[in-house]
Amino acid sequence: MRVPLSWLAEAATLRSNSTAESVMAELVKIGLEEEGVHSFGLTGPLVVGEVLEFVAEPQSNGKTIRWCQVRVAPAGAKAADGGEDVRGIVCGAGNFEVGDKVVVCLPGAFLPGDFKIAARSTYGHISDGMMASARELGISDDHAGIIRLHEMGLDPKVGTDAMELLNLADVAAEVNVTPDRGYCFSIRGVAREYSHATNTLFRDPIGHAQPEHVEGFSVQIADQAPIRDQVGCDRFYVRAVKELDATVPTPAWMVTRLKLAGMRSISLIVDITNYVMLELGQPLHAYDLDKLKGGITVRRANSGETLKTLDGQVRKLDTEDLLITDESGAIGLAGVMGGESTEVSSTTKNVLIEAAHFDPITIARSARRHKLPSEASKRFERGVDPQVAPYAVARVIQLLEVHAKGAGQNLGADLNNLPGVAAVELPAGFAAALVGVDYTDDEIVTALEAIGCVVARVEGGFEVIPPSWRPDLRHKTDLVEEVARINGYDRIPASLPVAPPGRGLTKRQKSRRAVLTSLVGDSMTEVLNYPFLSETENRWFASDSASAVRLANAMQEESSELRLSLLPALIQAAARNLSRGITDLALFEEGSVFLPDGQVAKTADLPSGTTMPTAAQLAELEATIPDQPRHLAGLLLGDRVQAQVGVAAVEYDYSDAIHAARLVARAVGLELTTRQAAPKGYHPGRTAELVVQTGEDIAVIGFAGELDPALALENNLPRRVGAFEINLEKLYAVAPDVITATPIYNYPAATQDLSVVVDATLPAAELLSVIRAGAGELLEQVRLIDDYRGQNVADGKKSLTFALRFRATDRTLTQAEATAAKDDAVALAKEKFGAELRA
Amino acid sequence: MPEHISINASTVDPVVAEALAAIAAAPDIAALRASRNATVGEQSAIAKLNAALKNLPHEEKAAAGALIGQARGELNAAFAAREAELSKADEVAKLAAESVDVTAAAVPAGIGARHPLSLLQDQISDIFVGMGWEIAEGPELESEWFNFDALNFDVDHPARAMQDTFFVDPVDSHLVLRTHTSPVQVRSLLERELPVYVLCPGRVFRTDELDATHTPVFHQVEGLAIDKGLTMADLRGTLEHFARAMFGEEAKIRLRPSFFPFTEPSAELDVWHPGAKGGARWVEWGGCGMVNPNVLRAAGIDAEQFQGFAFGMGIERTLMFRNGVLDMHDMVEADVRFSQQFGVVL
Repeated sequence: MRVPLSWLAEAATLRSNSTAESVMAELVKIGLEEEGVHSFGLTGPLVVGEVLEFVAEPQSNGKTIRWCQVRVAPAGAKAADGGEDVRGIVCGAGNFEVGDKVVVCLPGAFLPGDFKIAARSTYGHISDGMMASARELGISDDHAGIIRLHEMGLDPKVGTDAMELLNLADVAAEVNVTPDRGYCFSIRGVAREYSHATNTLFRDPIGHAQPEHVEGFSVQIADQAPIRDQVGCDRFYVRAVKELDATVPTPAWMVTRLKLAGMRSISLIVDITNYVMLELGQPLHAYDLDKLKGGITVRRANSGETLKTLDGQVRKLDTEDLLITDESGAIGLAGVMGGESTEVSSTTKNVLIEAAHFDPITIARSARRHKLPSEASKRFERGVDPQVAPYAVARVIQLLEVHAKGAGQNLGADLNNLPGVAAVELPAGFAAALVGVDYTDDEIVTALEAIGCVVARVEGGFEVIPPSWRPDLRHKTDLVEEVARINGYDRIPASLPVAPPGRGLTKRQKSRRAVLTSLVGDSMTEVLNYPFLSETENRWFASDSASAVRLANAMQEESSELRLSLLPALIQAAARNLSRGITDLALFEEGSVFLPDGQVAKTADLPSGTTMPTAAQLAELEATIPDQPRHLAGLLLGDRVQAQVGVAAVEYDYSDAIHAARLVARAVGLELTTRQAAPKGYHPGRTAELVVQTGEDIAVIGFAGELDPALALENNLPRRVGAFEINLEKLYAVAPDVITATPIYNYPAATQDLSVVVDATLPAAELLSVIRAGAGELLEQVRLIDDYRGQNVADGKKSLTFALRFRATDRTLTQAEATAAKDDAVALAKEKFGAELRA
Repeated sequence: MPEHISINASTVDPVVAEALAAIAAAPDIAALRASRNATVGEQSAIAKLNAALKNLPHEEKAAAGALIGQARGELNAAFAAREAELSKADEVAKLAAESVDVTAAAVPAGIGARHPLSLLQDQISDIFVGMGWEIAEGPELESEWFNFDALNFDVDHPARAMQDTFFVDPVDSHLVLRTHTSPVQVRSLLERELPVYVLCPGRVFRTDELDATHTPVFHQVEGLAIDKGLTMADLRGTLEHFARAMFGEEAKIRLRPSFFPFTEPSAELDVWHPGAKGGARWVEWGGCGMVNPNVLRAAGIDAEQFQGFAFGMGIERTLMFRNGVLDMHDMVEADVRFSQQFGVVL
């Protein structure tokens, strides 16, 4: 809501040197947050001038300028800038006559955009000022010519301060109105809050004009389909004005106030209804009375019905839409926008002014359905004071009588089906128990009365009737907020509550941190990517037929799916870094992937939010939510070790990805084993499946290796890109709760090397596990140290060399014992794989 | 008949002097060791004199033996001293030869780093875990019921429209990307025993275009405490403690009236940030309030017995003003330089 200060000052008691900033500083204290300041951005001197004479001078560029003599001060007096009383001014406009009163910007003035006015040489003259158009002053978009003040109904004296005349020095404070405070979409509401914030007098602007008795116009409410049992309209007030002159220009002060409030001047009648809406918060509509056919009926739209609204659009109506109708049919979409057929125009003589109170939900749905958020619907959605309607109409008629020479009639109607307002019980002590401030009864009553409540002290507390403009006050906690707000949140003391003893982070939370820390220790950098991918990107690693969650309103149409894998966004992140010249990268991300079980489909209507759903309902709700496991993925490319003094560069490859995965498993107490694999998106010959095991629990947790080189190159990455992705949920599920210690034995170790020849295709890990099994308990550690092929090893074979370390728990091992264990290992390897000891 | 050599000062002293000169003249440890035989060893002159002792007449042996023993002792000591001296010099020379330019030490690996947004969530979690709170989590893709209905957002309430929600296709799947971490409040109340003191950090989504201060994907941390007798004073005390832990002992907080469907009374939260760029000032930090009884009812809690407070703030915003990050793009573009300037601390 934008509040011109001059307007606010009519209802509130502003301090003498108030600025928009100081007003906002007061309003924020009671809950109206500052949004900004609006002004015309003008600095004087701007004065009223009279065109004394001009000469039209055609120019070589095809334009014709006028060289004008303009009186800017009474004869013999100094002008506002201290200069002569008559000035020569070059003007490009041709819409004025000798004798016209105009707005002259004298040298020293500033126009919006820091545009300084100065005497300057142009078209062979010294132009000593500027005659302004409405657009140049920021009043409207009108740039057809300069302002002729008589067209605005003004005939001021030459030299009059035009800033003051046109209210151009006024500024507006814009505050954010929260959805519970619909009444603050008005000068009336903001002024009331200002009075609360500053403890100053509030003058209710409904006092400007008093309603008169109305009768004789037929109005009916015939809601055939109330929404949620709420009839769409519970008050409909109309009154006629006759014999007005719709051609009179809107007064300048009103135009500028509307402009500062963010509304465009349209015509006198429309401007006045908008003005009163801004002043009192009541949306208003003016019908051309002579275009109305018979009385008015408020009803829901019929199936297939249409309405041509004021913006010229023909709208297909929904049976939930509430309509204003006459005998011709629909003449307005209630609370949203009027219809074209009864629109007022410059030839309108007689009007019917409507002020109604509509059901917020009905209006909200219609505005959303027709994508027509209007000033009216905004107010109805948030709640309009149902008692202000007659005052708002009286105010409109007052302004029409003054400015359009109309005559208010008794012809009208007040259909009032408003329900009574229920009292809210506020138990004594409840405010103190919720806020932590020991308010006195007087403080409570004073605060509630200040906001317009009627408070009665009763046994055990208070009975509070909220004011008509506060439909949000329905519960005792709502009243407590008002008590706390009016007494000031600054009064709330601080005390630190003691939570019951907590259990610290969960195993899962600790695991996550350990995993991330271990990768950082491995020189990897964490990044966080958006989870939005295109259909194609999302299938780089998932099967073509995989279902994904699709957004209905994605920011970019090409990224409307939720990710099935973390790797595509990491690939894009790597490419972005590469494009910035960072070539050696080890990135990882931990985050959710979204794995729907088939296509996402329509689900049952949601349970109510006002009561707890049943266990069955909750289970059903949970079942609609797709699985969202946390994944961890990494990408390694460029150099792991960069070339430097005495060190050659080492490139990242699949082994670094597998190592990273091993660290992740280690971080939660697991040893990783690997198997050759060829998942989609990875290099088919350089990728491993990752397996972890605790006791009986065994799980494949993901893959590590290299990206499919084609995919890497397509994304401007190098051919070799280490990559891994792990389903952390599966990892965590297998991770041990407690690591059980193994004793550390100090008897001397015996070390032996072992070389065996096996088929070249046998995975080393399989041979290693057989050697471990064959060597038995004395074997403490075994490590693959060489893979030899070539001379002395048959084609299709390889010689793998292992370093073995033996240790007994209870004695010093002899070499003979170690050798015997090694021989057992060889024997088992021979049995399983035909391995031969290498000579 | 062995040759008789007379052993006295006139025969011993020159031998000693010659050997001492040889020891002193050894240029390095290798030369010294090579000369051992000739100076003090079996082949040395003094050894030969010593060997001649046995040929002396019995009455001369004692005096000559003492003379030789004294001389050998003197020579051995000189040799050992010279050996120590030269081996030290040798070690010094070796160290000198091994010296390198340590300022050009090889870097075997790059520098790892956490993302500061992820780090900040952990850091905030630690503050609350230290107060006995627990950390709660929930899904990012949420049922509308948890994101709105259970939080007192009526289907037709304007507050529901003000959320700029990402909806899932089809819209009647009733799935949304959560617009705040508040659905975790509801989940916590449904799943946990009372009293509940939980902190919910996590990712949230709104349809804002990415610019210097907005991003459609961001992070929040939300606190919820439900117990008997909690008041707004407890809320303020908790927030003050939090603010001091985050911004230093000088930090303080200010509450301003506001509106959220799930709290009543509601407040905006400002923090006095002593370390702000350009001097200490008030900074908008988040929203908070007393949990609306309707939210408690949706979770099956007796709102007459239990009450409490909730608060929430943006992690991005906190990082921006706490650590002087000027542009949201830096946080979302995955440029490793951004994370690496923080490493593992904020």
